Amino acid sequence: MPKPLIALIATVLVAFGLSHYSDRFDPYYLDVMTGVGINIILAVSLNLVNGYTGQFSLGHAGFMSVGAYLSAGITLLLGPRLFGSGGGSALQQGMLFLAALVAGGLGAAVAGLAVGIPSLRLKGDYLALVTLGFGEIIRVTFQNVDALGGALGLNGIPNYTTVFWVYSFAALAVFTVICLVRSTYGRGFIATRDDEVASEAIGLNTTRYKIVAFVVGAFFAGVAGGLYGHFKLTITPTGFDFTKSIEIVVMVILGGMGNTTGVIFAAILLTILPEALRSVEQYRMVLYSVLLIFLMLVRPNGLFNFDYMAISARLWRRITQARG
Amino acid sequence: MSEFLQQLINGLSLGAIYALIALGYTMVYGVLRFINFAHSDVFMVGAFIGYYVGRHLPEGTVWGGLIAMAAAMAGCAVLGIGIERLVYRPLRSGPTLNVLITAIGMSLFLEYSGQLVFGATPRAFPSIFPAKLIEVHGLIVSMNQVIVIVVAAVLMVALEFAVFKTKIGTAMRAVALNPKAAQLVGINIDVVISFTFGLGSALAGAGGVLYALNYPSIDPLMGLVPGLKAFVAAVLGGVGNIPGAALGALILGMVETFVDGSRWSTYKDAIAFATLIGILLFRPAGLLGRFTAEKV
Repeated sequence: MPKPLIALIATVLVAFGLSHYSDRFDPYYLDVMTGVGINIILAVSLNLVNGYTGQFSLGHAGFMSVGAYLSAGITLLLGPRLFGSGGGSALQQGMLFLAALVAGGLGAAVAGLAVGIPSLRLKGDYLALVTLGFGEIIRVTFQNVDALGGALGLNGIPNYTTVFWVYSFAALAVFTVICLVRSTYGRGFIATRDDEVASEAIGLNTTRYKIVAFVVGAFFAGVAGGLYGHFKLTITPTGFDFTKSIEIVVMVILGGMGNTTGVIFAAILLTILPEALRSVEQYRMVLYSVLLIFLMLVRPNGLFNFDYMAISARLWRRITQARG
Repeated sequence: MSEFLQQLINGLSLGAIYALIALGYTMVYGVLRFINFAHSDVFMVGAFIGYYVGRHLPEGTVWGGLIAMAAAMAGCAVLGIGIERLVYRPLRSGPTLNVLITAIGMSLFLEYSGQLVFGATPRAFPSIFPAKLIEVHGLIVSMNQVIVIVVAAVLMVALEFAVFKTKIGTAMRAVALNPKAAQLVGINIDVVISFTFGLGSALAGAGGVLYALNYPSIDPLMGLVPGLKAFVAAVLGGVGNIPGAALGALILGMVETFVDGSRWSTYKDAIAFATLIGILLFRPAGLLGRFTAEKV
């Protein structure tokens, strides 16, 4: 069996185990862990677009909101009709949640396609701004649709998100991105980023690569949105504004563009950091911003941008040499 | 008809403020090719300087208002130059994305240290200029709107003069065109970039005071929305292009005001972006920007 697949299955099993014993942990740590997992999904999926394909997108929160609203709508509307007042068994709820998450992801993917086709003609900062604009348009639309709660958002979303769901999807996102990029087909993403003109010259359909990256990225953003909604239990349009998109972009850049391992570490760090700074609540965001500037000044290629394979190979050599 | 003209004037004064902010974005983009996210917070600091200076001046006099505005412009110019010197300059040789993140960090820093220093609650901005309503043929124009339009027009003409008629302005355009070649002919790039930041931030400072006059409450996060709109305006006109920024800002100001007056008013923010996307789809480099094909 290929290594990434083993890792995927192992993570899902570990997540299932953890989830099973979740009532033995402090709920605060579980919350932080869930937040970390959701951010990993967001950062890793955005990394496919920004890092590997080199298309600077600032609209990730918009896709996240599509997934969040769609999946929350499904569980809110269908849940009571399917299960009645009893609430259904755990398995039934799980199946409904899975369906809602996948539907949310697919909805976000469709939104990604709709945004991607017209805007991927643009480059660099123009693309960044147009994706930001689409994100804001999606947000304002949600704000004005009364059926979706308007500016107040949706409330009373069932509490379905568990460590199991979050980390299974995080593992799936990492698995998909890694396998996609390492495949023969997926080399085209990196080629598109490195030199678009040259890639076109050798016959790659760069527009198509960009759209695939966009759609896959949007799918996972949608799933993350669904998980987020069933974790926070209430979603408002302002929770998905462009500061949220920027937060995810910062994770990708700090982790090192196009470096999945680094991006995962950055997502963990940047979720835990504000929590760790909670004791100095007043100065929290000031410290966060100073740290961000400082990190960019001293480690311009990303905080976690190491060559992990080389490091582990060196370590392995050292261990084997020490033995021999 | 008179309502149309009324909205036109409202749109003009909103567009004039957007233009003042957009010019700073576009100038910095012209020489350094990155989005200076902290610009909208320099705008906020300008409004606060105007607030603190304006409180010590007699209310409702033209000279008092002008002093407050001059103070805001000077303070913002110093702040802008300082930010560039301390934070952006060490990164200049690195990838643009890093500068972008640093700019985001700087923006957050100004917003949250603003909340610590100024407090997070919105404050009423003193009416530093004389508040009068002028009625011309059934049109009601507030004195503030007149001041906004006049000051913005004067500053834009002054900027046009500085960029096209002075030596440093010529150097600025040279750096925007080709930084390496500019250096080769003896232009001190550091000085030019500092000057650009100073000029752009001063305009943002003036914009901050003028914005606060028309929307009379200020808080540390006030820069976010107008800053974003101004950036949209800069891109609309073709980022890096000075007349383009002014044109884009006027269009955006008009569109927003007319949408605001219609029954679609809650969609205001979305329509600003929809305008941008619509224009970029047909003119990918903005209205006045020139689309350059990539050469291999």
